[in-house]
Amino acid sequence: MSYIGDVIQGTKTLLTGMNVTGKYFFKNLFTRKDVITVEYPDNIDTLKMFDRFKGEVVMYHDENNHHRCDACTLCELACPNGSIEIIWDKETDPETGKSKKVLVNHIYHLEMCTMCGLCIEACPSDAIMWGQDFHHTTTDRANLTKSLNRPGSSVIPNYVKPKK
Amino acid sequence: MITLTIITDWLMKYMSADAAFYTELVIVAAIYLAVFAIFGLFLVWMERRVAGFFQLRLGPNRVGPMGLLQTIADALKLVTKELTGTKKADSYLYRLAPYFVIVTALMSMAVLPFSAELQAFDINIGLFFIASVSSVGVIGIFLAGWASNNKYSLIGGMRTGIQMISYELSVGMVIVTMATLAGSLRMSEIVELQKDGWFIFSGHISAIIAFALFMIAGTAESNRTPFDLVEAESELGAGFHTEYSGMNFAYYFLAEFINMFIISAVAVVIFFGGWLSPFGITDSIPYMGVFWFMLKTLFIIFLMMWFRWTFPRLRIDQLLTLEWKYLIPINMVNIVLMALLVWLGLTF
Repeated sequence: MSYIGDVIQGTKTLLTGMNVTGKYFFKNLFTRKDVITVEYPDNIDTLKMFDRFKGEVVMYHDENNHHRCDACTLCELACPNGSIEIIWDKETDPETGKSKKVLVNHIYHLEMCTMCGLCIEACPSDAIMWGQDFHHTTTDRANLTKSLNRPGSSVIPNYVKPKK
Repeated sequence: MITLTIITDWLMKYMSADAAFYTELVIVAAIYLAVFAIFGLFLVWMERRVAGFFQLRLGPNRVGPMGLLQTIADALKLVTKELTGTKKADSYLYRLAPYFVIVTALMSMAVLPFSAELQAFDINIGLFFIASVSSVGVIGIFLAGWASNNKYSLIGGMRTGIQMISYELSVGMVIVTMATLAGSLRMSEIVELQKDGWFIFSGHISAIIAFALFMIAGTAESNRTPFDLVEAESELGAGFHTEYSGMNFAYYFLAEFINMFIISAVAVVIFFGGWLSPFGITDSIPYMGVFWFMLKTLFIIFLMMWFRWTFPRLRIDQLLTLEWKYLIPINMVNIVLMALLVWLGLTF
């Protein structure tokens, strides 16, 4: 009797599968709630990319225009393409009298970046992170070379770098 | 045989009877060609849109209202494309193959009864005509696979031979089953006989089994997923039409959708009462036949699209097991069952 049993079982499983897909079809036909697709150029003002989207590398700045980068150059060393150049200076700490590195300019070449994320993994103080902006189209190559630290920004006072 | 009497009468005013007859043939053929080229494009649009809804996407919705003009734009693009071919292809057969497929697909159109008034070619062997003409289409696909001089195309073509010839049997046997119930092969007569109850109801258990078998075999006949071993995008490139481009490719594409329409239309005629409205609700309104026929056909087409976006593709041995070990024995039992039902008068 396994022949007829097979036929019945097969029909049953086919109908189960059609039930699953059919539910999605009719739900989607009447309401577009589950649709992930966005109609891109129309929603350009309200579009928010998801958090893990790799658009570009940005540097975190708090409200006092302080960042966490102490110019250790680990990201520059980690970058396989040489997309990151760090220009730093030596400065004497007025309290302790020790001299230490200070970030002058964190240069990021977006045109060479492959979004591999090795620099962000390498950073011990999470100074750089992923930004979600992807509108990078430009008519001039020079526009793609960016300075990640904002003008006039400085490292957070008395910032202690976490051990990694 | 031509039932479009309005055109005949109009032409008779201007020319002799013979000339009117041949002119009418040309006019009807031109109308059918134009209408079904557009309708094929509509089916492509429907397929893509339905696929979008199944996969939680939107589908094409930019060109024209709801994306309706998208496939027209695609067709225009295909018309303007260069026709390429492989260097060592058998160029005569290579160019000939698409016409086999598209011409046979369009030939079957002639006998479909769209309404009581609208049927181009009402012959007494209508169902048999469709079964025989649609089996010629396999030659086109086989030729394409052979003449392309490409191993993927050849594998695709060989698979067509195996698949289409096997499943033709099932389709034929279902047609025999339903012809036993109807007692006729003439399309218009089959529809007229269903005035009191569609065959899917009047043939009850046997007709329902036959319908299930017809849907499986019909999907296989038109080379659609889950039986698209012939094209098998993931393993054969595009199977038999790997080497085709431009309009030659578009013929295959269009023929696939027209074949799907024919299979659905035949299902509507032999199971769901053709142009008849359910319970005769619109019998008083003229020209509603085409509307009901198209509505039912589009529903069956939707069912086939539902299969496509649900079931995974079968392996070649599973395909043959399904046909020879399951469909054919069930079909044979079903024919006997239907004959018994008709003999004992157990049909409604």
